[in-house]
Amino acid sequence: MTVPRQRTRRDGRAAVLYLAPAAVLLVGLMAYPLFQLAQISLYDYNQPQASGAEPLRFLAFANYAELLTDPQFWSVLLATVLFAAVCVVGSLLVGGALAVLATRARPIPRMLLFLAALGAWATPAMAGSYVWLFLFDQDLGLVNEVLAGLGFTGLEGHSWTFDRFSAFGLVAAEIIWCSFPFVMVTMYAGIKAIPSEVVEAAQLDGASWRRIATGVILPILKPLIVIATIQSIIWDFKIFTQIYVMTGGGGVAGRNLVLNVYAYQKAFAGEEYGMGAAIGVVMTVLLLLITVIYLRVQRKSGWQP
Amino acid sequence: MRSRISDVLCVVAAILVALPLYWMVLSALKPAGEIQSADPRPWTFAPTLDSFRRVLDVQGFGQYFLNSALVAVLVVGGSILLSFLSAVALTRFRFRGRTVLLVMLLVAQMVPVEALTIPLFFMVRSVGDVAPAFGLNELGPLVLVNLAFSLPFAIWMLRGFVAAVPADLEEAAALDGASRFQFTWRVLFPLVAPGLVATSVLSFIHSWNDFLFARTLIYSSTENRTLPQALLVFYKPDEQDWGAIMAGSTLMTIPVLIFFVLVQRHLVSGLAGAVKG
Repeated sequence: MTVPRQRTRRDGRAAVLYLAPAAVLLVGLMAYPLFQLAQISLYDYNQPQASGAEPLRFLAFANYAELLTDPQFWSVLLATVLFAAVCVVGSLLVGGALAVLATRARPIPRMLLFLAALGAWATPAMAGSYVWLFLFDQDLGLVNEVLAGLGFTGLEGHSWTFDRFSAFGLVAAEIIWCSFPFVMVTMYAGIKAIPSEVVEAAQLDGASWRRIATGVILPILKPLIVIATIQSIIWDFKIFTQIYVMTGGGGVAGRNLVLNVYAYQKAFAGEEYGMGAAIGVVMTVLLLLITVIYLRVQRKSGWQP
Repeated sequence: MRSRISDVLCVVAAILVALPLYWMVLSALKPAGEIQSADPRPWTFAPTLDSFRRVLDVQGFGQYFLNSALVAVLVVGGSILLSFLSAVALTRFRFRGRTVLLVMLLVAQMVPVEALTIPLFFMVRSVGDVAPAFGLNELGPLVLVNLAFSLPFAIWMLRGFVAAVPADLEEAAALDGASRFQFTWRVLFPLVAPGLVATSVLSFIHSWNDFLFARTLIYSSTENRTLPQALLVFYKPDEQDWGAIMAGSTLMTIPVLIFFVLVQRHLVSGLAGAVKG
């Protein structure tokens, strides 16, 4: 479409006016701090420097060198990736399965499921974390009580937050609980949008249900699944509140740390702001890589901004 | 393809998903003796508001609730205005650099804003020397930070709603002698109201749930705390007052739940639009 040059110029002026307030905020509170984050990561920036008692010392990439040779960093990075992977796969499987179930159920059971999912979705991360901690509490929790009642008497007084893997598992369960509704709602809308003729035609051709699901429905839903996956990766990679609250700031001896909490603890508990910033930069780079993949996928599926 | 088994599975799933919420409200209403019992029952015959009273009276939860509400209202108001203006510019105006801006908007959604606590802490500290209302331990910076970080997604989502208003309408309004300004505020603004509702819910939740920035920027003031931090105070390493924690969690969840139920229809269509891009 060709647009008259004059219109473009007039639009341009109006656009600047309309975009200015949002742009000022985003440049001031996101772009500039990102630049500062990179800057701080190049300095020896600890409490004396933060309070102005000692001058800053430029280190170039020494913080990064120290970070990359620290075995704890690699262990935290691995834990972050695996933890995010479990949360993403869990939310997609639970959300997808319940979306399919919802399409096959009658209106009232379906409405009940949607209401419950809406409730889980709306629960603030902080409140959700505490409820799950209470459900799995060592002495007063419902879960241990029920398990003991079922004959698992060895689990009486069992602590779910002490062991590294069960603590991660508990946090992952809470995260899947509050993030599967997004997947379920989008998948449900996607399945509902498939014209019934398509499925009926396949049925007339004698295709089995399994065949219809994998050969007809899945390919149509694929773009939606890809986008839901990438959104979940981005969310779950950045989890902070649940880990911080449920594992008491990163677990016993920091064994339940993920990158975000690690950066925060280094900076604000350890007062090593330069090192914390370096971790933040590593995280930003990793997420930018995911973004590039996301944009590629979007473009391939014909997305036009 | 409907079957009784699907119905039963659906109801079982609904019960399991709702169980944590039920347990939260139930535990908030249980008398202290039943909470402390090592034999928890899924009901109570003596519901009491004691835990709520303890939370509201003793711990100053009311003040924190008001702080959270104040921040959230300002964030929602700002986000409605700014995201509407930006969405209009990005969908209805033709200008050079539009595509670049859209891609940047997408990138902005991916930035791990949690990492920005470090530079923002120092930034707010120095701003506080000049403008005390926007320094550390004040609610001002919290409003700005939450507003800024909820904007990219809000603009992204609203774009779909603004684009759905047909261009003919703008031409018709122009023929009737309406200026662009009049069209934007008198015609477009009411028409995208459902989108604005959906956007404001997400901005509200963003600000209401924010724990990290509240904790970092309001690190020592007790009267300017917001809800998430207030809850953290209840949680002690040894003797847990679970009744109070559950009552506080319930109080924190109710406003979001009300919002969600009111706008669920708009929210789903809005999210579907945002996901389609």
